[in-house]
Amino acid sequence: MIQQLVMYEEELQQINRICETLHRDSNARAVLVIDKNGQAIASAGDVQELDVTSLSSLTAGNVAATGGIASLLAEKEFAGQFLEGEKTNYHISIVGQRVILVVLFDERSSLGLVRLRVRKAAAELTVTLEVMVRKSAAGSGQPSVFSEITDDDIDNLFND
Amino acid sequence: MSFINYSSREINCKIVYYGPGLCGKTTNLQYIYNKTNPEAKGKMISLATETERTLFFDFLPLSLGEIRGFKTRFHLYTVPGQVFYDASRKLILKGVDGVVYVGDSQLERMEANIESLENLSSNLQEQGYDLNKLPYVVQYNKRDLPNAIPLAELEEALNPTKVPSYEAVAPKGIGVFDTLKAVAKLVLTELRKGG
Repeated sequence: MIQQLVMYEEELQQINRICETLHRDSNARAVLVIDKNGQAIASAGDVQELDVTSLSSLTAGNVAATGGIASLLAEKEFAGQFLEGEKTNYHISIVGQRVILVVLFDERSSLGLVRLRVRKAAAELTVTLEVMVRKSAAGSGQPSVFSEITDDDIDNLFND
Repeated sequence: MSFINYSSREINCKIVYYGPGLCGKTTNLQYIYNKTNPEAKGKMISLATETERTLFFDFLPLSLGEIRGFKTRFHLYTVPGQVFYDASRKLILKGVDGVVYVGDSQLERMEANIESLENLSSNLQEQGYDLNKLPYVVQYNKRDLPNAIPLAELEEALNPTKVPSYEAVAPKGIGVFDTLKAVAKLVLTELRKGG
């Protein structure tokens, strides 16, 4: 059985709002919310020039590898990471053990400010995620739009 | 774990290519990448050593089109095949929706094939998955090599549960898309069951 994570309009709007507030309050270049399995969930800021899909996969891989190191050291997890570049810095934090919150920032901001704002955003995000997980679980017992998918629908995807 | 976004009307699924070192997992992804329209694919990422052995994973995001108004996106991953990268393999299996096991048809790789298959099964179990219940297909790669052993022997050794299996020559693309389509169909069928 596949365990699904389902995102509905209301929660996505809340997550987008949290991202936008964090982007503004931390003077960041961009903010990303990524599922721990590497799927991009939401973003804010200057993301047009970013390859969000690749960043999401690599960040999730990075967090997974760090989590592996943590368990070898009998740590629960390393909640955050900071990658310092010449121009761009990359702040990674795990929220609600479920998603990854990334802040990209440059010299217009500082690590201290980003940390401060991330803490507030993470608390809000945790609440929204709990609702999302509850809704996903409650929805799994009900017929979804996918129950109506036919073999033809699936076959049609592969007719090149 | 498939991720369904009702807001942006997207389904995201994760498929992992598993198998022993040098069996052709990365070659499968490279062929898919080379033969897919630019608008249907993202960048292929390979975290490899200087000698082009997979160090952590390869990653290829692929859009297959729409199904009932939902964009279907598949994220293809390979694992590092070499035995000592087991910790990395476990990480990549997290959240998997479908598995392709790529076996090497060469006689001298049979032991490595079996070891990798057992490793797949136990690593999945560790994550709470059961290989018998997961969308899963088998590919026998390198069918063009002179030392390839007969299909029936491979089937007996590597496919006891008789899941769909495909013969392949990955650098030439033979069997590559058949394998991908088969596992993608199984994943979507599983989704239909309400997962």
